[in-house]
Amino acid sequence: MKPGRVLLQVRGLSKFYGERVGCERVSFDLFPGEVLCIAGESGSGKSTLLQTLAYELRPDAGAVHYDLSGRGLTDLSGLPDSTLRELWRTDWGFVRQNPRDGLRMRVSAGANIGERLMAIGERHYGDIRVQAQDWLQRVEIDDTRLDEAPTSFSGGMQQRLQIARNLVTRPRLVFMDEPTAGLDVSVQARFLDLLRRLTAELRLAVILVTHDLAVARLLAQRLIVMRHGRIVETGLTDQVLDDPQHPYTQLLVSSVLAA
Amino acid sequence: MNATTAPVQAGYNFAYLDEHTKRMIRRALLKAVAIPGYQVPFGSREMPLPYGWGTGGIQVTAALIGPDDVLKVIDQGADDTTNAVNIRSFFAKVAGVATTTRTTEATLIQTRHRIPETPLAEGQILVFQVPIPEPLRWLEPRETETRTMHALREYGLMHVKLYEDIVRHGRIATTYDYPVIVNDHYLMRPSPIPKFDNPKLHRNPALMLFGAGREKRVYAVPPYTDVRSLDFDDHPFAVERWEEPCALCASTEAYLDEIILDDKGGRMFVCSDTEYCAVRQEAGHKGAMAP
Ligand SMILES: Nc1ncnc2c1ncn2[C@@H]1O[C@H](COP(=O)(O)OP(=O)(O)O)[C@@H](O)[C@H]1O
Ligand SMILES: [Mg+2]
Repeated sequence: MKPGRVLLQVRGLSKFYGERVGCERVSFDLFPGEVLCIAGESGSGKSTLLQTLAYELRPDAGAVHYDLSGRGLTDLSGLPDSTLRELWRTDWGFVRQNPRDGLRMRVSAGANIGERLMAIGERHYGDIRVQAQDWLQRVEIDDTRLDEAPTSFSGGMQQRLQIARNLVTRPRLVFMDEPTAGLDVSVQARFLDLLRRLTAELRLAVILVTHDLAVARLLAQRLIVMRHGRIVETGLTDQVLDDPQHPYTQLLVSSVLAA
Repeated sequence: MNATTAPVQAGYNFAYLDEHTKRMIRRALLKAVAIPGYQVPFGSREMPLPYGWGTGGIQVTAALIGPDDVLKVIDQGADDTTNAVNIRSFFAKVAGVATTTRTTEATLIQTRHRIPETPLAEGQILVFQVPIPEPLRWLEPRETETRTMHALREYGLMHVKLYEDIVRHGRIATTYDYPVIVNDHYLMRPSPIPKFDNPKLHRNPALMLFGAGREKRVYAVPPYTDVRSLDFDDHPFAVERWEEPCALCASTEAYLDEIILDDKGGRMFVCSDTEYCAVRQEAGHKGAMAP
């Protein structure tokens, strides 16, 4: 893939919890359509980094610039809340590990998908419904389930519904934190397949946090390995996994191979 | 003329609340009027009634009422329910003000769950008793989040509720406390009035004030303010209609209550606004079951 202009530029990003390091001095560029995985053990700072990138947490140092449509690379620290929140629910997406954090469990699948459309001002019930139905099919959920609440869905369907609920506004960047961690292996595979297909079809950029190197291998063009809040190694996924340079990455890879 | 006056009872400050508290509530009300539909917090006081009995509305009334005011109190459209009678006699006792049942005579009307059928005029004040002020509470329990949503006019969530209504009932089934947008900005709960009354909120010449005692909020719709009921293009807002006129006064314009007459299915439809109905009957309008 030819890297065009940068979609997300991260420089020296740090987030602390009092004395404790969340993430520290993280820098990288993300290009449109690129899938980037952030790997590392539990407690290495993956979730903190993801939330800070998305400005759900405010960084203590460093900067995130995003290619805002119509404005070009823009420092997120200068955005008013209204613009940031609009970004969150239109040009960005969020898939959470726990479906309860990413879905509205008390309303129908259709309402879950329609929420973003209504948030941007769509006011035709019939049209919203048609789009919701379309997106259910695209994430391989039987569209007869349109009026059912996600509580009646399996874990895999709930994660796919999260995808549909986000993609309905055609975001360019989706943040995912361990989206497959709660799923059985076979269900995981289906989810990853779907994700791979959709990212390619829609030229969607994804930053996906996982502790599972196999997930990174399947999905990501590029991999960031974190330890104690810092990047210890980064590069093309296959290169990093086939020829890890940093002792910590070597340890991670060998533990996967041993398993 | 059926306005009656009573002497203020000794031992109370005028209108029960002390002057400091009244000033505090009036300041909150001024702010509410300045920002139509915005919920203004105020330091709600203990009232000699439990929450749920209109303490929010009573405090607003107490803060505004003057010796020359003429007070009307309605409960679901009726002047003669226990609750309406109690509140009316409370103010007769602690403020010595004139009270009335006539909508046109009243300068101040405290109401629970209705707007009178008789059109209000400039200079009149309508005070609503509000049980739950926050329209977004249904899907968003966090107060900090709802406050931001109001500030930024992020009201998509309210349409999610209406969407869900249509999914479940084939139409927008919300009939009471139907959400409105005030002055093109704030989303507001009009209190549990029937949606039939929503159009009366729009550009009403009277000042409409809303008091929630338990949640310590007041808000306002100033005279002639735009008030729009939320809906979908293909499911437009519509008010209730009845197939028959009021059985007592033959009105075809009023909100009707269904009254069960016996256990054999006998029933009649009559105006919920008892004063409006009585005035029409006095003027000679006769419904099918009029005496
Ligand atoms: N809300 C918080 N308050 C204090 N410390 C936190 C908080 N969240 C995470 N941490 C700490 O920050 C570090 C990184 O955590 P986290 O970002 O959750 O890592 P990961 O997602 O890789 O498991 C850990 O030491 C963790 O204990
Ligand atoms: Mg984590």
